[in-house]
Amino acid sequence: MTKILFLVDHDGTKVAKTPGELGTFAKRAGSAVGVILANSGAGDALAAQLSGADIDRLIVVENDDIAKHGIAAAVSAFAQVVASEKPEAILVASSARGKEIAGRLALRIAGGVITDAIDFRSDLSTTQSVFGGSFTVNAKVKVGTPVITIRPSSIEAGAASAAPSIEKFQVTIEDKDKLVTISNSQPPVKGGRPDLTEAKIVISGGRGTNGNFAEVEAMADLIGAAVGASRAATDAGWYPHTHQVGQTGKTVSPQLYIACGISGAIQHRAGMQTSKTIVAINKDPEAPIFDLADFGVVGDLFAVLPQAREALKAKRA
Amino acid sequence: MKIAICVKQVPDSWAEKKMVNGRLDRESVDAVLNDLDEYAIEEALRIVEPLNEGKESPEHTITLISMGPERTTEAIRKGLSMGADGGVLISDPALAASDAVATSKVLSKVIKDGGFDLVFCGTESTDARMSVIPAMLSESLGWAQLTFAGSVKVDSSAKTVEIARMTESGVETMSAALPCVVSVIEKINEPRYPSFKGIMAAKKKPIEGKTLADIGIDSASVGATGAWSEVLEAQPRPPRDKGIKLEDSGDGGTKLADYLLEKRLV
Ligand SMILES: Cc1cc2nc3c(=O)[nH]c(=O)nc-3n(C[C@H](O)[C@H](O)[C@H](O)COP(=O)(O)OP(=O)(O)OC[C@H]3O[C@@H](n4cnc5c(N)ncnc54)[C@H](O)[C@@H]3O)c2cc1C
Ligand SMILES: Nc1ncnc2c1ncn2[C@@H]1O[C@H](COP(=O)(O)O)[C@@H](O)[C@H]1O
Repeated sequence: MTKILFLVDHDGTKVAKTPGELGTFAKRAGSAVGVILANSGAGDALAAQLSGADIDRLIVVENDDIAKHGIAAAVSAFAQVVASEKPEAILVASSARGKEIAGRLALRIAGGVITDAIDFRSDLSTTQSVFGGSFTVNAKVKVGTPVITIRPSSIEAGAASAAPSIEKFQVTIEDKDKLVTISNSQPPVKGGRPDLTEAKIVISGGRGTNGNFAEVEAMADLIGAAVGASRAATDAGWYPHTHQVGQTGKTVSPQLYIACGISGAIQHRAGMQTSKTIVAINKDPEAPIFDLADFGVVGDLFAVLPQAREALKAKRA
Repeated sequence: MKIAICVKQVPDSWAEKKMVNGRLDRESVDAVLNDLDEYAIEEALRIVEPLNEGKESPEHTITLISMGPERTTEAIRKGLSMGADGGVLISDPALAASDAVATSKVLSKVIKDGGFDLVFCGTESTDARMSVIPAMLSESLGWAQLTFAGSVKVDSSAKTVEIARMTESGVETMSAALPCVVSVIEKINEPRYPSFKGIMAAKKKPIEGKTLADIGIDSASVGATGAWSEVLEAQPRPPRDKGIKLEDSGDGGTKLADYLLEKRLV
């Protein structure tokens, strides 16, 4: 049976939402085998979080060199599992780290690489949305084992009939993959809100917030949204850079995207224009964001947002 | 130090794009220097300028390397006018439709043969948006990968580099000995505008043109024939339906709430 190997994304203690999605894509083609790269002693707790996911097997690699030496060390460990498992395709979640791992791995195992797929089919072909969503492209790897990165939230993760089996796998990281030493790492500050790439609703604030994200956050909490920001807002230090949406920030594709006080520069659009429904609130009727908006309000976000919040609360009650 | 900067010429971000036979029609659009690569040029300039200060002939040099069609010289020229010393353009009809694997093969060959010890890149090209070339260069060169740098410190005597890697996973401080591949994010600096003097000087700076034969790469291993992946089909997305736009006359928030509820979006 066709075997699809995928990398399980986690932050050391918590597994991301993507492994369930990658498992579900893998199941379309055959069996789903997840690979967890973890520090010594951390693997079991990570594997346990996937007991309900649509995954057949989990391979747990525990090796402290991976977190210490960065991408090359992760690729070395992953490639050793690939060599032993000989899968028909390899899936990785699209993120800065995921894409870099995919690119290096492709060279190492001599397979073609496709990034940012939004669909993966049983014939191992993919769909991508390119040039800011203006084209939909179907592509396929024709040489070697395909290495494919998949955008988070491209599929609804399926449920499992049984918990995946768990195996341990030993790797050795050679010196050539330990050229980089990581001396300090600070994880992103996580509030109680959903993760940007995982959320069904994203509400973003731009320069128009003038540094005051309170209204944006209050609306986010009411409707269960993640909070994003334009580069103008992250550059000004109003919101952490990890929340930036756009060309050089995150690419999001939620069911609903609400842009508040954002003009809609091309670099911002690059990260949000494939959202299913786009809402914009902006004082300037000429703001380019309105070209994309399914529903636009020309007005002051500090008046529109609180009123919308009250109306939503009233109608729900 | 001999620094190489990989720069790409890309279609202007605002330009309407056409795809022909599954490929971007590069001829039909205005082309510019990938703006993310300007940050790499600026950062390298800030590293070498103080080191070269007061020296007769600069000991530390910056060479721009690009793979692309002939007109890529325009993009290289822009980088030279910012202050880089020279350029290398690998251009060959056989390179058309190259994938990331082929691009990394060509760039790493030129870097290896050029005797460089530090490579700078942007974090992504605004057209392909793959964000893989710097990592792939590091893999094929066997050099340390210091990518997504929000700050870079080069110790030219100890021959080490330290960066703060800034991604969605947070901030990591990492270091390595030369040679290494660095990519920089757009928060690292504000690229300078070329001065009039810089533009004039750039006209006299050398851009070395190379073909695949010159760098010793088999033309069958790159381009459309050598690609490890292929586009099966490309479709323009149907235009978005024209949306509703209303002026807030005191009830904009209520109307927004109605819309969200009616469409069952919240
Ligand atoms: C290399 C590069 C990479 C970039 N990457 C990104 C990226 O990843 N993401 C990104 O977002 N940008 C990116 N940018 C920046 C981008 O070009 C824009 O500068 C940025 O998106 C503008 O942010 P903004 O819309 O918040 O600010 P502005 O363009 O200043 O727009 C603010 C808007 O708020 C409106 N407004 C003001 N007050 C109110 C109010 N009270 N109520 C309602 N509306 C109000 C104004 O009418 C205006 O339209 C990048 C730029 C470069 C050069
Ligand atoms: N054809 C090319 N010539 C030179 N440098 C390139 C080329 N393609 C990509 N690069 C470099 O690699 C970076 C990342 O590009 P990409 O992986 O295509 O998103 C860019 O910012 C450039 O520094």
